[in-house]
Amino acid sequence: MNLYPVRAIYMAEMARTRRTMLQSIVSPVISTSLYFVVFGAAIGSRISEINGVSYGAFIVPGLIMLMLLTQSVSNASFGIFFPKFSGSIYEILSAPISYLEVVVGYVGAAASKSIILGLIILLTSNFFVPLEIAHPIWMLTFLVLTAVTFSLLGFIIGIWADGFDKLQLVPLLVITPLTFLGGSFYSIDMLPPFWQTITLANPVVYLVSGFRWSFYGISDVSLAASVTMILLFLAASLAIIAWIFRTGYRLKP
Amino acid sequence: MNDPIITIEGLNKTYEGGFQALSRVDLTIQRGEIFALLGPNGAGKTTLISVVCGLVNPTQGHVLIDGYDSVTHYRQARERIGLVPQELTNEAFETVWNTVSFSRGLFGKPPNPAHIEKVLKSLALWDKRNNRLMTLSGGMKRRVLIAKALSHEPRILFLDEPTAGVDVELRRDMWEVVRGLRDNGVTIILTTHYIEEAEEMADRIGVINRGEIVLVEEKAALMNKLGSKQLTLQLHTPLTSLPASLDQDELSLAADGYELVYTYDGRQEEEGRGISALLTQLEKAGIGFKDLHTRQSSLEDIFVDLVKERS
Repeated sequence: MNLYPVRAIYMAEMARTRRTMLQSIVSPVISTSLYFVVFGAAIGSRISEINGVSYGAFIVPGLIMLMLLTQSVSNASFGIFFPKFSGSIYEILSAPISYLEVVVGYVGAAASKSIILGLIILLTSNFFVPLEIAHPIWMLTFLVLTAVTFSLLGFIIGIWADGFDKLQLVPLLVITPLTFLGGSFYSIDMLPPFWQTITLANPVVYLVSGFRWSFYGISDVSLAASVTMILLFLAASLAIIAWIFRTGYRLKP
Repeated sequence: MNDPIITIEGLNKTYEGGFQALSRVDLTIQRGEIFALLGPNGAGKTTLISVVCGLVNPTQGHVLIDGYDSVTHYRQARERIGLVPQELTNEAFETVWNTVSFSRGLFGKPPNPAHIEKVLKSLALWDKRNNRLMTLSGGMKRRVLIAKALSHEPRILFLDEPTAGVDVELRRDMWEVVRGLRDNGVTIILTTHYIEEAEEMADRIGVINRGEIVLVEEKAALMNKLGSKQLTLQLHTPLTSLPASLDQDELSLAADGYELVYTYDGRQEEEGRGISALLTQLEKAGIGFKDLHTRQSSLEDIFVDLVKERS
């Protein structure tokens, strides 16, 4: 692998984040703080502890996961969509670089941004609720794996999208609803049995559950199920990207 | 000179909708030359360049860049190429310096600020290095694209319609830049609509129409072919045949004998058989004329004829 092109793409993408600091970092932090105010303070005071964890603290992993998922998809999809839209993708396609290097550059940058954002939100939430992280290594593992996997998904969406509307379609209509319904703000034990079963079909449940376990040692599904689910996601995303580059789908006529 | 740097063999490209953009294209580009590819809109110029540069997958055939296959050895092949696209595409919010440095890194080269500085200065972009691309004029943006293409020190430079929409002064500046590159050993392939540009710059000229290469010729040879002139004399009295003293290949009668047409190039004058000799001969033969005009066919005429023939 030639590291110069990877570095060039990575640094250019990170520079874009610095240029759009308000949108990239400040905006997600503010919206997360609002979630804390509304769910944590206003509603949380009326909800008793869940498995021994205060409601405000309980929603922290879910909130980080919500931001991680939406921002990973959004960053990575925009990162590759914009050169397609502006036409400057010609330079990427004509450069002597492998597809792996392209993906590492773009996805690496998108995942890095999401991880930084996740850590900022973690720090921010510390101002609202007392935090404890029972398994910090697992917490970081989930953080990194989720950021990378959903950045890969975002990369796929960015290549697939042929307009700004499609770029927003999947995050708005798929990722956000699945995250809200994936136990970010509640334990699935709180649902009626029928809905508990339905909810288990939502892959985000496994991510939120595993991530929450790394904080408080409590989970809706087993750790093995969470890890398996995220690895499956990762494998599926990698397979789709490999296919995209092999066929030139929406990149090379 | 037979030192090919690009060899294109049996190249076909049919797009998904069934449109055949390239048909059995064979072409060799020699090291160090400026090759102009002419053709009307939609002839396949950009598709040909795009296949060579890796932007479009060929349906059939292959391309060798300095001996490396453009698909199986794409790294070695592509690192030798710089591409200046037709469209002014760039990252609007980036600065000139950053976008040119980015291109160098993208092509796998370690940072070299001295080289970037040299490129920017050669293209009169040095003063604009900290400007965002969105603040530049169209001509300046075009220069930035050239700077990006030169950032990784390519041995081959593709210029796709480099002076489209560029004013005359800037066009001449760009020609100077291109000549300077050629003097430094860079092989240049340019596509253009401007016959003047091909005449001014190219060592060899290729004409593409409907996806087929219809002509490849040394510019000098082509200009010799095309550079012939015609002198037409309108005679007072029509001739049925040429008198023996005027019986030569260059002369013919037209318009029912009312016109005497003399086709010539530089050689006749050198051999002492030029226009002045002809006029003396006509006077001696007692052939009077009331008017005359000359005409020179241009590269454009031949280009249009070639394209028409194939249509």
